Amino acid sequence: MSLDQATVARIAHLARIRVAPDEAEALQKDLQDILAFVEQLGEVNTDDVPPMTSVTPQALRWRTDKVTDGKKADQVLANAPEQASGFYAVPRVVE
Amino acid sequence: MTELNHLTISEALDGLAKGDFTSAELTRANLLAMEEARALNAFVTETPERAMSMAMASDDRRRAGEARPLDGIPIAVKDLYCTEGIRTMAGSHILEGFTPTYESTVTANLWRDGAVLLGKTNLDEFAMGSSNTTSYFGEVHNPWTLAEEPDARLVPGGSSGGSAACVAARIATASTGTDTGGSIRQPASFCGIVGMKPTYGRCSRWGIVAFASSLDQAGPMTRSVRDAALMLTSMAGFDPKDSTSVDRTVPDYAAALTGDIRGLKIGVPKEYRVDKMPPEIEILWQQGVEWMKAAGAEIVDVSLPHTKYALPAYYIVAPAEASSNLARYDGVRYGLRVPGNSLIEMYENTRAEGFGQEVKRRVMIGTYVLSAGYYDAYYLKAQKLRTLIARDFEAAYEKCDLLLTPTAPSTAFKVGDKQDDPIAMYLNDVFTVPANLAGLPGISVPAGLGADGAPLGLQLVGQAFEEETLFRAAGVLEEAAGFTATPALMVGEGA
Repeated sequence: MSLDQATVARIAHLARIRVAPDEAEALQKDLQDILAFVEQLGEVNTDDVPPMTSVTPQALRWRTDKVTDGKKADQVLANAPEQASGFYAVPRVVE
Repeated sequence: MTELNHLTISEALDGLAKGDFTSAELTRANLLAMEEARALNAFVTETPERAMSMAMASDDRRRAGEARPLDGIPIAVKDLYCTEGIRTMAGSHILEGFTPTYESTVTANLWRDGAVLLGKTNLDEFAMGSSNTTSYFGEVHNPWTLAEEPDARLVPGGSSGGSAACVAARIATASTGTDTGGSIRQPASFCGIVGMKPTYGRCSRWGIVAFASSLDQAGPMTRSVRDAALMLTSMAGFDPKDSTSVDRTVPDYAAALTGDIRGLKIGVPKEYRVDKMPPEIEILWQQGVEWMKAAGAEIVDVSLPHTKYALPAYYIVAPAEASSNLARYDGVRYGLRVPGNSLIEMYENTRAEGFGQEVKRRVMIGTYVLSAGYYDAYYLKAQKLRTLIARDFEAAYEKCDLLLTPTAPSTAFKVGDKQDDPIAMYLNDVFTVPANLAGLPGISVPAGLGADGAPLGLQLVGQAFEEETLFRAAGVLEEAAGFTATPALMVGEGA
């Protein structure tokens, strides 16, 4: 399949990665090569095959619904690039 | 006497128990080796003060008669494991300065058992790579060199390249790695050491920076099979903080090394031959078959018909999971932030500057295959192939107990090779990826040298949670191979 520049730009936006104009062409080629490689899977008939949903056969465990950890706001915020009044701070999102 | 930094874990434990030397002496020898071999760039963070204080605490415990299973053994930790109070960056600029306020379960288990932290090792960015050339901290060099071109530098393999190089160069007695598609076993093969990936669920993933959660497993990298068994006994175990961690008793893996594989059935999968594979690998593989046969194993020809689809399925599943796992790096909660005029622009700028090329490629592939309209064609298809690959193994294990294969399709290549062709780089993992897709344990054992003078490993793949059988056979393979060659850039002279 061929991946056009508009699609590359759309994926980049969905992935929240700014792609500079001079990077776009090389990236387009790399992504196209990788997709061409993985498309080999089309050769295999998988109509009656269930998708793998768990690597080892196990069910998720249940536990009591109670708080086991917390009150660590300082630790949670310790690596924040910017914080204010005990919250993460980000650029304004509401005008 | 052998230089202390050359000892294996089991030799060092013997010496410590007999009082021949202290952990402080052993640790100092390793720290000096670390300084001497900085040119390899195997470490991103050295922790000499922490190492010496842990070593002295270990010596105190031993004097008090309270020595633990790995007491006083200096190890290196891949910088993908969160270590409390010690910067952890996963080889990425986007985690600039990140200092965890918690400890990964696996490293906590190692400290509980007395191990000593030497430092954090270099790796491919977010463990994405097979040559340790994608790290923000620069490439790692393999301590092995080419017979014909001793000045050329080789890659150590990846992604656990620093962990492999530091064990091969005798800087660390052992190290931890992680394996998503071969990231422990392939560098172990390239560096002439033992690398083991346990069954999915054996080791807790809690506190390890996530790449592809349904494939990632922690494991040991060592200079002997016995050492790998000792390390895994400490690393493994149920952890309620990882919902995929398995609640099963951890055996004493070293006790499984009986040296007796009589009657064990070893399968040889015919599909593990690829185009352009050097004949020396085929020859070594055949040699491995002969070794196992001579030790009393029965050799069985098996077929894993979907092998050729493992790599393409992996390059859908792993990037898909990575695109989701790496969504958290957005400049808000930790690491790098690059300003923008809006929140979205800040995300985009941060991720553009923080991620390297290979990570960007994989996040974008993952985003694409999960996007509306493409999910069924790519992701669902890959998960179906994964079922078929797991069924191939199940069918093979009706006829045999273990599989024997080469670990990688080549010896270590030169730094700079395969850099402009992602697919050529991906092919490094052609023999290791299937075990990850099926969640099975695998081990690479150094088995010989290629014509170029660089090491080659053979891989054993076992059945789920049958690590003891895997170690038992690996011990026999190791003994038969008698691999004693040492790398040119090793620290010290050797025995």
